[in-house]
Amino acid sequence: MNTETLVKQLCDINAPVGNENLAAEKIKSFFGPLCDKAYIDRFFNVIGYKKGTSSDPRKIIITAHYDQIGMIVSGYEKGGFLRISNLGGVDTKALLASEVIVHGREEVYGVIGAKPPHLLKESEITKNVKIDELFIDTGFPDDVLKQKVSIGDPVSIFSPVISMKNGCVAGKSLDNRAGVAALVLILKELQNVKHPHDIYVVATVQEETDLLGALTSSYALEPDLAVVIDVCHGDMPEADRAQCFPLNKGIPVAIGPAFHSEYTNALFEVAKKERIATQRCIEPGNPGTEAWAIQVSRLGVPTVEASIPLRYMHTAAELVSLQDIENAAVLVARYVSGDIFKTTEETD
Amino acid sequence: MMQKLAELTKLDGLSGNEQDVRKYIIQNLADKSLEHYTDNIGNLIVKGKTDGSSNLKVMVAAHMDEVGLMVNYITDDGKLKFSTVGGIDSRILIGQHVRVGKDKIPGVIGYKSIHLQDKNERESVVKLKSLYIDIAAKDRENAEELVKTGDYVAFDSEPVFFGENKIKAKALDDRAGCAVIMELLNEVWPFELYACFTVQEEIGLRGALVAANRVKPDVGIVLEGTTCADVPKVKEHEVSTVMGKGPSISFADRASIADRELLMHFFKTAEKEGIPYQWKTTTTGGNDAGKIQTSGAGVKTLVVSVPCRYIHSPVSVLDLNDLKNMLNLVSKALHTLPEALGR
Repeated sequence: MNTETLVKQLCDINAPVGNENLAAEKIKSFFGPLCDKAYIDRFFNVIGYKKGTSSDPRKIIITAHYDQIGMIVSGYEKGGFLRISNLGGVDTKALLASEVIVHGREEVYGVIGAKPPHLLKESEITKNVKIDELFIDTGFPDDVLKQKVSIGDPVSIFSPVISMKNGCVAGKSLDNRAGVAALVLILKELQNVKHPHDIYVVATVQEETDLLGALTSSYALEPDLAVVIDVCHGDMPEADRAQCFPLNKGIPVAIGPAFHSEYTNALFEVAKKERIATQRCIEPGNPGTEAWAIQVSRLGVPTVEASIPLRYMHTAAELVSLQDIENAAVLVARYVSGDIFKTTEETD
Repeated sequence: MMQKLAELTKLDGLSGNEQDVRKYIIQNLADKSLEHYTDNIGNLIVKGKTDGSSNLKVMVAAHMDEVGLMVNYITDDGKLKFSTVGGIDSRILIGQHVRVGKDKIPGVIGYKSIHLQDKNERESVVKLKSLYIDIAAKDRENAEELVKTGDYVAFDSEPVFFGENKIKAKALDDRAGCAVIMELLNEVWPFELYACFTVQEEIGLRGALVAANRVKPDVGIVLEGTTCADVPKVKEHEVSTVMGKGPSISFADRASIADRELLMHFFKTAEKEGIPYQWKTTTTGGNDAGKIQTSGAGVKTLVVSVPCRYIHSPVSVLDLNDLKNMLNLVSKALHTLPEALGR
């Protein structure tokens, strides 16, 4: 399976934050054939374990969250409509005229409509629409709809990933299935490599709300080192260039207090040796990724982060380069299969 | 008819670029013997079968074009700026997938992520001039290899049958009318029937004028997709039409006033045949009837529409029963039209 197919298949899976139970088995099926053991923990984190060759192996976790932003049904409106609230950081600007799947007793397709523009008041034309003004049109009569959908059912955007020019793809949930795809590619890389240390790839839950999956899985696994793979902002017109990273111009590696400087330097060294381009991603405080939770797990975990630039985050137009995903995977695979602990401890 | 409708909506035919729709209609007419021609501006005119029992000349019209975008500038970093073709609510554009130009280069309409928007930006509607299409071009030069200014941009929105007898698609306005007329062409009429699939309705009813000038009909019936605002938070008197209540008959809109005789005949036919119908309760909008009515020495016109939610968006929705009832009503009313008009 090529990277494009892998990414498309992963993005087709729906795991609205807090409802990863819908998807855990599907994610596990990608890890299973490439691991010594693949399992799902009580929070639906999906873990793939690959045993190291060392007699005294250390433990490395590589995380990428597999939850996605979405919505939750908050009420009914007469005429086959559903009211909604957000799950995670939804931009309502990008919801109008979207297609959705409601995960009810069965999957129910719908569209997010809005009042027609000619009926909008002046204030509504200039003010961004609020989520409580939006509704899903399911096309079902009310009584039928109530049998299919309950209040509290999660909702996913329906927007299959499309192939773009220059090796790019665009669609929903690339944040962070791009990262999960990298985990799968890392496992593939590790098939033919002798790696001394035990490696756990962890597809985590509930990153989009409070990093719950990172918190619980890092506590449970007690790693000696953590590598986080997540998307960062791609270059977009009108956006602050210091916070955005061009596509296909190198893997952004995070630098800042949340990241262990020595292990991060080692990551740059590996990149240099492997001739993989990098970019420096400056995070002076909370980077908004799982690194924030993992770093302070138990007695503290040295944490590094490799990113995949993604444009238009949290919309159905999320756009990434497949080459960036592959490069991130190769970089991290080489990094974790080396004798990473020896190098850094000598410099301590 | 439903499958044809779905296929028609898959075609991209923005105003001035209707050829794919025209080709499809010609190729998919059930009766290959029907005489048809394409006029100077692209209208497709098909002559229906007649038994010659009436000297009446009837034009039924539906427009082939749809709303969309047009590339008007390529930026240094290879993004495409655009104008709208026809009326589009710019609020719906962020996050949409599109197809650009003849080669249908895939693109998305982007805006900087919510994380990077300041408070004011989060709370405001993004102006059209701040939006752009991203085709993943490396830079301007690369973009110019793929697209050019003036390229048409259509929404990438596959038809979906969903809910109870609903279809979601782009361009239901007015491929719905086109699909109904294609069915009407399977029948034999007492009068001369001219089926006119018109161009450029969305930018000012331009095709219908030329078609009517050529056909010189006695009666013009326009089949449309029309606004349906029967959605939450809209006042009852503002809804225009209600989905599922049958085709709507318009008294008047901004472009034309219905001919009273035709109006009463369609109304009586619906009542007599027990076909669901509704009156369009607002007089907003306008369509080809405006130009047909004032063509030549004047033409009696009537507009019959299928209610269409989220019209002019990639997720337009209509009720398939409304469409069936529209076909039924128009067919029944037309067959008895000579009698009703004393012709």
